[in-house]
Amino acid sequence: MQIPTSIDAVQAMLSAQGYVSDRALGTVVFLSLKLGRPLFLEGEAGVGKTEIAKALAASLGRRLIRLQCYEGLDASSAVYEWNFPAQMVAIRTAEAAGGADRGTLQAELFSDAFLIKRPLLEAMQPDDRGAPVLLIDELDRTDEPFEAFLLEALSDFQVTIPELGTIKAPEPPIVILTSNRTREVHDALKRRCLYHWVDYPDFDREMDILTSRAPEAAATLSREVVAFVQRLRQEDLFKKPGVAETIDWAKCLLALDVVTLSPEVIADTLGAILKYQDDIQKLQGSEAKRILEEAKASLEPA
Amino acid sequence: MPKYAPLDLPDDPKLAGNIAHFARALRRAGLPIGSGRLIDAIEAVSAAGFTERRDFYWTLHACFVSRPEHRTIFAQIFRLYWRDPRYLEHMMATLLPAVHGVQEDRVAQAAEKRAAEALLDGAGDEEDAPEAKEETGTEIDIDASLSTSGEEKLKTLDFEQMSMAEIAQAKAMLARMSLPIDPMRSRRVRAAKSGRIDQARTLRAAMRFGGEMRDLKWKTPRVRYPNLVVLCDISGSMSQYSRVVLHFLHAVANAKGAGWARVHAFTFGTRLTNITRHLATRDVDDALRAAGAEAQDWEGGTRIGRCLEAFNRDWSRRVLGQGAVVLLITDGLDRDDPDTLRKQMQRLHLSTRRLIWINPLLRWDAFAPKARGIAAMLPHVDSFRAGHSIASLEELAAVISRRDDVGERDRLLRMLSD
Repeated sequence: MQIPTSIDAVQAMLSAQGYVSDRALGTVVFLSLKLGRPLFLEGEAGVGKTEIAKALAASLGRRLIRLQCYEGLDASSAVYEWNFPAQMVAIRTAEAAGGADRGTLQAELFSDAFLIKRPLLEAMQPDDRGAPVLLIDELDRTDEPFEAFLLEALSDFQVTIPELGTIKAPEPPIVILTSNRTREVHDALKRRCLYHWVDYPDFDREMDILTSRAPEAAATLSREVVAFVQRLRQEDLFKKPGVAETIDWAKCLLALDVVTLSPEVIADTLGAILKYQDDIQKLQGSEAKRILEEAKASLEPA
Repeated sequence: MPKYAPLDLPDDPKLAGNIAHFARALRRAGLPIGSGRLIDAIEAVSAAGFTERRDFYWTLHACFVSRPEHRTIFAQIFRLYWRDPRYLEHMMATLLPAVHGVQEDRVAQAAEKRAAEALLDGAGDEEDAPEAKEETGTEIDIDASLSTSGEEKLKTLDFEQMSMAEIAQAKAMLARMSLPIDPMRSRRVRAAKSGRIDQARTLRAAMRFGGEMRDLKWKTPRVRYPNLVVLCDISGSMSQYSRVVLHFLHAVANAKGAGWARVHAFTFGTRLTNITRHLATRDVDDALRAAGAEAQDWEGGTRIGRCLEAFNRDWSRRVLGQGAVVLLITDGLDRDDPDTLRKQMQRLHLSTRRLIWINPLLRWDAFAPKARGIAAMLPHVDSFRAGHSIASLEELAAVISRRDDVGERDRLLRMLSD
């Protein structure tokens, strides 16, 4: 599929994949596609940062290449690595055959056949379907040296392998970086990207998301679930529930054949929306009942 | 690198100029916007079109904002500016002081100082004067008045009110001070003479000799330094002490190459304040003056539990992520519910590499963990130490790398259980 030509087209394209985006997100995605700049998404866990890359790849019919960041991530696990055991076997075979000529051996051992491509190199390979979507997930988990390396890779979209030479992407991939903000990512990297803070959705958008992700849930239950979660986010919690939790919870309730929310049901299934013991404890007993009543009251006039 | 081709905007050259002025307004409000970003923004606007105000907003937002806290500033200035640029100029004068609060205001103007003095009505003077006289030798004696007034005294402390003798003494003392930390093994590796076999390098070296392996190459884990997070109590019962400690913190934060990857500093009394950016100012007096202006709760009451809760909720995930050592500097005299305090201490303890509590009250031999707050906090720290004098801070420096150091914790816990 072609790159969409307007913000509306982007939103329509994403919603066809079940990703409901607001106008702000639609705008940055459009700009990122149009200008070919990496997109830097920051926000709390579970607000759909990773999902957008998936939806984008699916709707454009591109490959999705994901690089999950972690501490100590280095070039050999992010870009490429030589297949050492296979190279050893090749050397032994050449020796046994007797014709170990230095030049040919060198050319053979350091060829594509022995190269293990990691996500960044993978994303720079030519692809019939068009440049892939490169998702660099949870960038804040890695350390500064890798960030600096990424800075270089993202600005030129090329990597140099000493034995093979420089490999340059024929067409720059669509890059999406996400961060949970467990630390501040350096401004130099942010500067090269379009920035967007992904916030919790408002009631209407969360309803749209839920109907699109869990269509089997009855409208009344969905409304109650969303109202409850929206109300819950105003509470003083250590970890506020994200959209992913809302969807999970709705699916839990469906599995339990719940028709309408009650304090007992909430107490039984609280683990699906709150993931910290302190938060769960806070909601035990009358607290959940109070929030539920307030949530239901907010639904009344509608 | 993105290419900066000549911009093709013949239809509306005024728009580009307006965006440039808008960027300048944002820059004055403290958003880091270079000319590269400006060009990006103009390019982005021409790509997205200039039909709808909402799209225009988000287009500029994507280019100019790079931190969540800048979103509100952006929204304000956008609203003001794109109504009528000239209106903004009128507004700028009134807006600037408010906007300045976001940005650190490094230069204390003489007039401002006078205004502050007028507001404070010389309140600090009487308190500071006797203290300077009491100081003898290297020991900094603290008049722990143990006052935990619950009222937040919205005072802005002026560090210039410190006596010259006190400053000179603190500087001389702190110049020799550092807080050395042993590095920890990271998951990255480097070339070395021994350790684990480095397969890739071994093979590459072998290729130079036609595939014959002459010797093995080795690799060993790289080391990295942990972060330091300091939570410093600046309430009434601690204020005289925390002034000296902040000097110490400044020295630690600015000692480049002495370990510690990053130093984050927070002050708390009735509320939590992040003073990390102020401590980065080279000059210690400027740094502490800025920190003093930022923290609004000097010499007020103490709400340790609440402040720790705020820290755990808003900051712990951002600054404790990579195994930080936490120094908690407080006397533990908390008037609030000990249950909250216990819970928050437990959470803090669970998310740190090491939690060290420095309590200036411990300098008395007869110190006993009688206060409720102290009893609630003590079980949840790794180490409990005094920190009232150079000698005790030196002791801290000597043991901060030792993972088995508990300081006085166990002795006091025994006293608690008796």
